[in-house]
Amino acid sequence: MTGANSFSVSGYGPQRAGWTRLFARDSLARRLDWPMLLSALALSMIGSLLVYSATRNRTEINQGDPYYFLIRHLMNTGIGLALMVGTVWLGHRGLRNAVPILYGLSVFGILLVLTPLGSTVNGAHSWIVLGGGFSLQPSEFVKITIILGMAMLLAARVDAGDRKYPDHRTVLQALGLAAVPILIVLLMPDLGSVMVMVVIILGVLLASGASNRWVFGLITAGAVGAIAVWQLHILDEYQINRFAAFANPALDPAGVGYNTNQARIAIGSGGLTGAGLFHGSQTTGQFVPEQQTDFVFTVAGEELGFLGAGLIIVLLGVVLWRACRIARETTELYGTIVAAGIVAWFVFQAFENIGMTLGIMPVTGLPLPFVSYGGTSMFAVWVAVGLLQSIRVQRPMSA
Amino acid sequence: MTNIPETGRTPRVQIRLVVIQILVLSLLGTLGGRLWYLQIREGAEYQKEASGNHVQQVVAPAVRGSILDARGVPLADNETRLVVSASRTDLLKQPDDGKAVLTKLAGVLGMSPEEVMLKVRLCDAKTPQPCWNGSPYQPIPITDEATAKQALQIRERAEDFPGITAEPEAVRRYPGPGKSNTAQVLGYLSPVTDDEIQQAKDSASPYLRSDQVGRSGLEREYDKELRGKAGVTRYEVDNLGRVIGTAQADAAEPGSNLVTSIDSRVQRIAEFELDHAMKVARQQFDKVTNENYKADSGAVVVMEAKTGRIVAMASAPTYDPNVWVGGISAKDYKQLTDKNSDYPLLNRAIQGQSAPGSTFKVVSTAAAVEAGYAWDGGYPCTSSYSVGSQVFKNFEGESFGPISLGRALEVSCDTVFYGLSDREWKKDGGINPKKGQPKDYFYKAAHQFGLGKETGIDLPNEVTGRVPDRQWKQDYWKANKDSWCKSGKKDGSYVEKIAYENCLEGNRMREGDSINYSIGQGDTLLTPIQEAVIYGALANGGTMYTPSIGKAVISPDGKSVQEIKPKKKGRLPVNQATIKGMDEALQGVITRGTAAWKFSGWPQDKITLHAKTGTAEVYGKQTTSWLATYSKDYTVIMTIAQAGTGSGASGEAVRNIYSAMYGVQPDGSIDKKKALLPEPETKLPKVRTDGTIKSPKVSDDPAKDIQVTPSGSPSPDDGSQPPATTTSSPGNGNRDTRRRARRRPRRRRVMPA
Repeated sequence: MTGANSFSVSGYGPQRAGWTRLFARDSLARRLDWPMLLSALALSMIGSLLVYSATRNRTEINQGDPYYFLIRHLMNTGIGLALMVGTVWLGHRGLRNAVPILYGLSVFGILLVLTPLGSTVNGAHSWIVLGGGFSLQPSEFVKITIILGMAMLLAARVDAGDRKYPDHRTVLQALGLAAVPILIVLLMPDLGSVMVMVVIILGVLLASGASNRWVFGLITAGAVGAIAVWQLHILDEYQINRFAAFANPALDPAGVGYNTNQARIAIGSGGLTGAGLFHGSQTTGQFVPEQQTDFVFTVAGEELGFLGAGLIIVLLGVVLWRACRIARETTELYGTIVAAGIVAWFVFQAFENIGMTLGIMPVTGLPLPFVSYGGTSMFAVWVAVGLLQSIRVQRPMSA
Repeated sequence: MTNIPETGRTPRVQIRLVVIQILVLSLLGTLGGRLWYLQIREGAEYQKEASGNHVQQVVAPAVRGSILDARGVPLADNETRLVVSASRTDLLKQPDDGKAVLTKLAGVLGMSPEEVMLKVRLCDAKTPQPCWNGSPYQPIPITDEATAKQALQIRERAEDFPGITAEPEAVRRYPGPGKSNTAQVLGYLSPVTDDEIQQAKDSASPYLRSDQVGRSGLEREYDKELRGKAGVTRYEVDNLGRVIGTAQADAAEPGSNLVTSIDSRVQRIAEFELDHAMKVARQQFDKVTNENYKADSGAVVVMEAKTGRIVAMASAPTYDPNVWVGGISAKDYKQLTDKNSDYPLLNRAIQGQSAPGSTFKVVSTAAAVEAGYAWDGGYPCTSSYSVGSQVFKNFEGESFGPISLGRALEVSCDTVFYGLSDREWKKDGGINPKKGQPKDYFYKAAHQFGLGKETGIDLPNEVTGRVPDRQWKQDYWKANKDSWCKSGKKDGSYVEKIAYENCLEGNRMREGDSINYSIGQGDTLLTPIQEAVIYGALANGGTMYTPSIGKAVISPDGKSVQEIKPKKKGRLPVNQATIKGMDEALQGVITRGTAAWKFSGWPQDKITLHAKTGTAEVYGKQTTSWLATYSKDYTVIMTIAQAGTGSGASGEAVRNIYSAMYGVQPDGSIDKKKALLPEPETKLPKVRTDGTIKSPKVSDDPAKDIQVTPSGSPSPDDGSQPPATTTSSPGNGNRDTRRRARRRPRRRRVMPA
């Protein structure tokens, strides 16, 4: 091992030319999880086409440049890839030491959103506009730091071999660590992110081996919390309406139910093979709002049909399946918890996002990982992929 | 579990990881299943919903077919007007919703900006006119009277006028060739109503919102043929209504042309002569009412005797059909339909009915023959006919001694017909008819002549006229007896006495009813078109034709010609000998009878005319004049309400119509070159493949070209008309069939107003 330089992690045999070395037996490149990587990349590429299709005619938002969103989406993907490489380079273990700092930074970020620096988009006060068409959504990074932070706390004594399972005290500390940013995000209010974070905690607790009581306790707390949120009017009117429309989309087809209705029409009209890329009338006619971000799946449904939309689900399945394998195969609890947290994050966000376009989940503003337009979200998911790759690459060689 | 030692982790974590993995799989599976359900199982449903979501149609109206006269001269066609329209979709794309553009446009068109704004707003329940009640995707017309200069300004600076178009468009027009009017025959158009759209929705020819529909006359009768098929372009639009593509486009199919048997020149002359005759009549003094004749309405029909085709049909008072073009104003509409108007929309040739007077005697003559009375029998033409205390006088108290039926028709001897009708009434059992069916020859004949029902002419809303037979009396009594019995008084006023009598026995056929009926007085009502059918049949040897105006429907490219053949509707109930007898008698009317004083110098040997005059009494009004005539090829019927006698009111007018058609000069010679229509037009006009129509030029006013008789207004009353050489003097001019001193004149309706 040469410290943090994970590119020569194998460290034996004669030094060869970089290219060959990269693909040498047991080289880093060979140990990367290529199916996951390629699937994630494919999702981002498909996403760029869908984003382009959804925005090329939207002159009111693309500043007259049909490629505005396409170029930015590709740039975001590129930055995301770079962040992934960086993450692998640093390694999840290397990052472990930096977790407190990262956690602090991310919480600072979301606090910043609550100050006048933050802006409101679609009812959620969760953005920091940087100018030049760029903006950040710090809550995306919080998802990562919660995973890393909780994993660090929960795995510390187990990985050290002190205990078999994290004790109650540790669990409480971990929950407290997660609770701080969750409460802040709840104030924005960014309900979707809160839901994701709660599911992440659930995944993390499950993987940590914490007592069943904690797991069920968390589920109960989640339910109680949901009721409390409802009763205490923490939610805005629009968020309640979204849920009402989910329960009965025919309620007000021109108003609250409009999104869900139009989304379902778009997807339903796609049929087996779809209308063809750029030929969807619902998409071209801009009947579905927020189509490049939250409702990007409707473009796939209409223009690529069951085959194309199904491919997206399959590719997400590959990513998640490989992530699950990584979680199971790594020997360190730290890696397992991080991987499981990411799995929980991805699967919930994907299920919620696609589910709302299909009318089986209420509408919340969550992007579809890799596919939706949106810089911060893209960066976060690629960092997550970097973490997963790092766990796989750095796992102690068994046998 | 085998890899637990390898990973060195507890089973609990390992199991939970497997659970997570299963959860992941099942969630993704759920998504896949739901996707399959929406796209594959319900896909068709959503596809339908999606297409309904974003397809809007724009209708390109079909050019309406022309209505042509027999020679191809357009009576109704389309003129190209420069229509300036605004597209709402384009206007709404502009930041101020097009306000600036519309203001600029108003400046160019010389309108106020407010006026333009009002025109482009959409109608709804709360929006008063002006507003646009068509599809919001349809260009909204702002004016159809733009000048070429205005249109150029708009087109040349198209970038200054986004969403505004200036295009030539076809607008219905009634050109009135040679000053002819033909208003009631042509009818008019008005926009389709919501109800009609709903009703025709599933039929073969559904309406479109922008459609104009024929409301009356030929425009209505041949609406389907004339209308064509509107072109429909379906545009895909986005959620804001902006057009993003064309889904489907059907080009408009122009409507077919209707060729009529109308000759615009004869039509003009008929209209002119009717109008002139009415004006002249208004100068005449009516000694009965002690005021000038009112001559408030009239009609003339010129029909081909051998086909039933209408050559001219005029109704007075009339109006300018172009008031309908481009939407009628409320003021104009009120003027045409108001209670105080003279109802110029009525086509009195088919919708005006009145007692026929002596023109009805051809029916009575036929009935007498049918009842078995010999043609040459000597029937006493006494000066009066008495029934009990009632005395029915012959006209002017004349008596001719015993005469034949033919002679009775010729001299219009009322008492001969009184006697015959009275005998038949008695034979049928008098006021209490015998059991079994009374023979009722005189009433049966009327029905056999086609009276009491529509002739079936190809115009809408024809009225039936009335045969006052026993059935009608019964029905009429039932409907009115309550009010009669309420207002009737035995010793009251005239009206009250009548009501009293009617209440008692209005349901019975009384002796006086039958006697009055025999000479076309009483409750009998005929329309001019019914008379035309009867006299036309006399002209052609006994065949009654269904009168028709449409002659052919020709496709816009002239390739398909669908001829409308003359239809026989039956024969007169008379044999050839009787027809011959009547023919001779009606010739006599021209040469020495009641019309002779108006036809002196007519070349009767070359163009044999036949006529029957009629003067019907109307309670509370002046007499209705009738003149029924025919030649070998034509029959001309003219009637004017409140205008005196048939020959006096219409003699010159009818003669002038014949003169114009046959080219008869004032001196009695015939100038074939000046003859407008010596023989009925049999050929159809040619419609060229490019849609243009070959038609001869019509002079500015045929009525002015042909001054065949000395102009002026010959007035029988001031005796300015010199008596004809071969005929007896008309005396004071009222030599006709009017009975005087009837004991009881009856109420009856003149042409309905």
